[in-house]
Amino acid sequence: MNDEKTIEATGLKKSYGAVRVLRGVDLQVPRGTVYGLLGPNGAGKTTIVRILSTLIRPDKGEARVAGFDTVRDRRQVRRRISLTGQYAAVDELLTGEENLLMMGRLSGLAIARSRSRARDLLERFDIVDARQRRVATYSGGMRRRLDLAASLVSHPEVIFLDEPTTGLDPRSRQALWDVIADLTRTGVTIFLTTQYLEEADQLADRIAVLDGGRIVAEGTSAELKQRIAGQRLELTLTNLQAFEDVTHMVGVRAIQHDVSNLTLAIATDGSAAHVRALLDEIDPQRRLVSQFAVHSATLDDVFFALTGHTPEVETANV
Amino acid sequence: MSNVATEVVTEHTPLRTVSRFNDVLTMADRCVRLTSRNMEVLLTSLMLPVMIMLLFVYLFGGAIETGTSSYVTYFLPGALLLCVGYGAALTAVSVSQDMKGGIVDRFRSMNVSGAALLGGHVFASIARNLAATILVIGVAFLIGFRTSADWLHWLGAAAVLLLFVLAFSWLAATIGLLVKSPEAASGFGFFMMFLPYPSSAFVPINTMPSWIHGFAQYQPVTPVIESLRGLLLGAPMGNNLWLALAWCGGILIVSVILSGVLFARRTA
Repeated sequence: MNDEKTIEATGLKKSYGAVRVLRGVDLQVPRGTVYGLLGPNGAGKTTIVRILSTLIRPDKGEARVAGFDTVRDRRQVRRRISLTGQYAAVDELLTGEENLLMMGRLSGLAIARSRSRARDLLERFDIVDARQRRVATYSGGMRRRLDLAASLVSHPEVIFLDEPTTGLDPRSRQALWDVIADLTRTGVTIFLTTQYLEEADQLADRIAVLDGGRIVAEGTSAELKQRIAGQRLELTLTNLQAFEDVTHMVGVRAIQHDVSNLTLAIATDGSAAHVRALLDEIDPQRRLVSQFAVHSATLDDVFFALTGHTPEVETANV
Repeated sequence: MSNVATEVVTEHTPLRTVSRFNDVLTMADRCVRLTSRNMEVLLTSLMLPVMIMLLFVYLFGGAIETGTSSYVTYFLPGALLLCVGYGAALTAVSVSQDMKGGIVDRFRSMNVSGAALLGGHVFASIARNLAATILVIGVAFLIGFRTSADWLHWLGAAAVLLLFVLAFSWLAATIGLLVKSPEAASGFGFFMMFLPYPSSAFVPINTMPSWIHGFAQYQPVTPVIESLRGLLLGAPMGNNLWLALAWCGGILIVSVILSGVLFARRTA
């Protein structure tokens, strides 16, 4: 693997009317890696994907994908990328096979090659049995798999996946993760956006956290985790006095406060030994803490840790 | 790793440039398949014109004096226009549906042009209307339509009708880009269904109130209908053929240009 950057963006800015969606985004994605862009709805993830995949122009800044400028050489870029958007971009009234054949024809493959390519992908994505059925009858997970298969027909060098598993149940999500993990072994570069920390963690070599149109953190999953607690110990205090005492005692180690519920949270590795030690340290007399619970870090925690606020936009149902 | 990249590039770059024409064909194939599986659209665009023809011929026809041997003979060109006008207007709905979903982004990221996408819809509209036209003409013959036109006149009539469908399908595609939802786009269907009423489609214009004569005489539907009557029934055409060509050609050119602008704006 060399240092070649397949995706390089500098100073991307984009506004829609008075709304400044991107406020200066820099990105560098080495060839053959998986890059995860993590952020809540409204952070600007889709806008970045649309700029990098040549669908829209940035107001300021520029981006190069697979060696070509996304504005000036967009036709060259388009030959080398594929895009899988948030909403499955397949025709419901066509069968799975017909969808793939169509993509093959649009990629310039001859009919025979389109057929063999479609057959390969249907097998690889486990849709063979449903290939003659209309997509309207597919489950959410099958639809996403077909969508992903459709984006691979043209052998892209760079694959953009915009929230590939949003709205899927956990089992379908896992199945899709396996498929994406498989893809990474073929040497393509994958640019993935997600709202889920776990998804970025599972799939991405490097993760960027996007908030309010800016990248607020970037690094490998391990690097980010050092800044973000993997688990948090949530304490419910017995009364307001206890809450204030403990808050004062733990100081900046508290990653969450909620005075109305008298709860606060502290980072932990989740082991019994560490939790016990923390409780003993905070409440040696055993009268301040009434209850405790250990939670895995959520995207909210990541955001709190990195940005000092929780995501402002609630997750919309797709 | 660079091996993979070069292999990828050489594998599809020359093939990708095969032609824009391939894209248009693929899009046309797609839209024809989509249309043929949309029972709702298929039934309305095929059955409605037949129903309306039967309705007019049997319920109203006896009361309408047109100066031709039978009302169905007078009415057939109007029935065809009603049929293809409405059929063409449905293009607005299918274009609008595409614009709403994510598939347009995928097509664009594959270098498929807006013209190819809209061209596919327009092609499907022409195919659908061809089927409807044959059906309507078939039923008309069954209920007494007679013509002495030779194949050359039939061909001429087909050409005029084709131009009308092409122009109004592209206009409908433009409207599909203009409106925000498929529901709104379906409004154009109503417009196209009523446009033949103030024309010579159902009754001769001189039986209408005088204030509407100007509109009825020169709106696009009348010259097309009169051209069809001229070609199929040997009625005097006057300058109607030229008017029809001018209307349809003008609408087509404006629609193609406008749809290009709108598509670029909608996808910006």
